[in-house]
Amino acid sequence: MAAAEALGAARYFTRWYKADVKGRPCEDFCVLQHSNRICVITLAEAHPLLQPGKTITSINYQISPNCSRLQNKVSGKSKRGAQFLTELAPLCRIASSDGEEYTIYSFIRGRLIEVNENILSNPALLQEKPSTEGYIAVVLPKFEESKSVTQGLLTPEEYKEVLLKRQNSSSGS
Amino acid sequence: MSSLTEKDRPIVQLLLSAGTCPRCIFRFCRVGSQTLYRHPYKDLMKDLKQFLEGNQEEEDRACFDVADPPCKRFRHGHTEEGADDLNQNGVLSQIPLANDGNADVENSDVENSAVEVCNVCLGILQEFCEIDFVKKMCEKVNSSDFQFTSFVFSVSLPPQLSVREHAAWLLVKQEMGKLDLSLAKDDIVQLKEAYKWIIHPQLSEELGVPTDGKSLFEVSVVFAHPETDEECRFLATVCPDCFKPAKNKQSVFTRMAVIKALEKIKEEDFLKHFPCPPSSPKNLCVALEIQCNNGAVFVAGRYNKYSRNLPQTPWIIDGERKLESSVEELISEHLMAEFKADSFNFSSSGREDVDVRTLGNGRPFAIELVNPHRIHFTAEEMKGFQQTINNSSDKIQVRDLQLVTREAIGRMKEGEEEKTKTYSALIWTDKTIQKEHIAFLDDIKELKLDQKTPLRVLHRRPLALRCRIIHTMKSQYIDEHHFRLHLKTQAGTYIKEFVHGDFGRTKPNIGSLLNRTTDILELDVESVDIDWPPALEN
Ligand SMILES: [Zn+2]
Repeated sequence: MAAAEALGAARYFTRWYKADVKGRPCEDFCVLQHSNRICVITLAEAHPLLQPGKTITSINYQISPNCSRLQNKVSGKSKRGAQFLTELAPLCRIASSDGEEYTIYSFIRGRLIEVNENILSNPALLQEKPSTEGYIAVVLPKFEESKSVTQGLLTPEEYKEVLLKRQNSSSGS
Repeated sequence: MSSLTEKDRPIVQLLLSAGTCPRCIFRFCRVGSQTLYRHPYKDLMKDLKQFLEGNQEEEDRACFDVADPPCKRFRHGHTEEGADDLNQNGVLSQIPLANDGNADVENSDVENSAVEVCNVCLGILQEFCEIDFVKKMCEKVNSSDFQFTSFVFSVSLPPQLSVREHAAWLLVKQEMGKLDLSLAKDDIVQLKEAYKWIIHPQLSEELGVPTDGKSLFEVSVVFAHPETDEECRFLATVCPDCFKPAKNKQSVFTRMAVIKALEKIKEEDFLKHFPCPPSSPKNLCVALEIQCNNGAVFVAGRYNKYSRNLPQTPWIIDGERKLESSVEELISEHLMAEFKADSFNFSSSGREDVDVRTLGNGRPFAIELVNPHRIHFTAEEMKGFQQTINNSSDKIQVRDLQLVTREAIGRMKEGEEEKTKTYSALIWTDKTIQKEHIAFLDDIKELKLDQKTPLRVLHRRPLALRCRIIHTMKSQYIDEHHFRLHLKTQAGTYIKEFVHGDFGRTKPNIGSLLNRTTDILELDVESVDIDWPPALEN
């Protein structure tokens, strides 16, 4: 990846990973947590949607008939009116031309601050710049949970090992 | 000079026998002469007694020694006029100033009541008007070591004084009603007012400076009384709404709450619960505190910040200090010592991040010095303070340090939103650049940005989309991955986000304009274009 992200993000953001979410192979996510506890939810590079040849056909923030993440509206410093997300709350569903559909989860407990509407009009952003402009959503954990929300997630080093193992087992089989 | 009249006679009689002090009696008789209140307490007592004697003499009910000529004169005058018109003024206009020394007062009941604590003012208009107490206040002022050229005197009274005042008012009102006269509560001379009439000249004399309602130097005395809660308690049962427990208040019986309850309570309810006339108190008020306070003074200037490791204000996370110092501390420390102030409040025209330098003419700032003991400084001395501040640290420098008014500080804040700021940013690009790749930036004028609240401040600011303008840019090529950009922008523009894009949340941004990934390595504020405070000659 570009060194720029290391400068821009790594200076203030800590990366955390979750691999094979809900047991689905390679559905990996990455959360960027700012020192002010704000979390940016992104797809990790190994995610199937980011693999060569995938074409995104739709991104849908309407996660159930009654709930659309696009209707999330926050007001004031305290972000009143935010939808509250648990770890496995779906943020959106993304379909690809090969007929697959992927659910993107929050996997951070907290209040939904914003979703990235730019990827609706320009889905390519998601694939071209998954860890910057192609982010999925911004979540603000509770103050008292700002440390605990990332417990159980993988550090970049641990995630690297996961990728390595995956590579070995796939080349071995 | 106003004074007592014939119609006051029953009131004087009534209050005096209830244990009310002469000055409170004057207040209820609406005597507006300040000098009258300043007469020695003993004399006032004697004069009141003599005033009553006139009545008794007239009615031939008692026999008193009538040796004192001035009083005799007023008694006669009173008798004559009183016979014609009860409401005529002109009685007791002449009070003997000097104590004639004669114990010509035979009415021992009245004489004894002089030493009793007044049932209305609880001693405020008695002992606390004496020179001994004034001297005590004065000692306190002098030992506090303040610079001042005048003073304003303020007094805080125990809340039940309002209750006792209310009871006395009901009593007097009733008595006057017998004569078909009315008495509004506002007609009574306020206790505080009378107290100030008496204290002002004495304190002024002792301190050697005049009193001035607009003075910034305040001498205040707080009176308390051990039976306050006890005497006010009935109000809470009658008007529970008025007495809600509040944080940082020891008692619900605050002066304001008591006054509010007294406005609400029905006369008959009040009389059921509180003796009227008020009973003689067991205790005198106590002067809980004598305080001095000097109004804040304001110092303004402009500062440069040369460190990328220095926050503007102390940086504390989870109660832990992140960096040792701050701009405000480096500037204020020395001023606090010179002005001998209790505390300070720092404000400035905008602020820079901890890693941003402020160069050029610097950023306007103002410091409010709270309760300063020293306030008179010459321009020369101010220059000396500036020098001391500048010698004490190479992380900051200060210029144009001067004393300003509170009002002038508004000019600094007014300018904050409208004025432009210029910056210099060191920018990194992922893909290589040549001079011609960035030259076009210089031609862009009045570039409109859509900026969402940056992620780095989103935890403490509302989410919003704001339009900001980059007026001009000037690029300066450094190497294949670096260039410097000088920007002139509308105040409130987030420059860092304009450079790195903030996850595409600032649009357009330098990255999108160059079609590259860009990041900001360094940022300096080159000027804050506000022409305040005025520049001083060096
Ligand atoms: Zn009194």
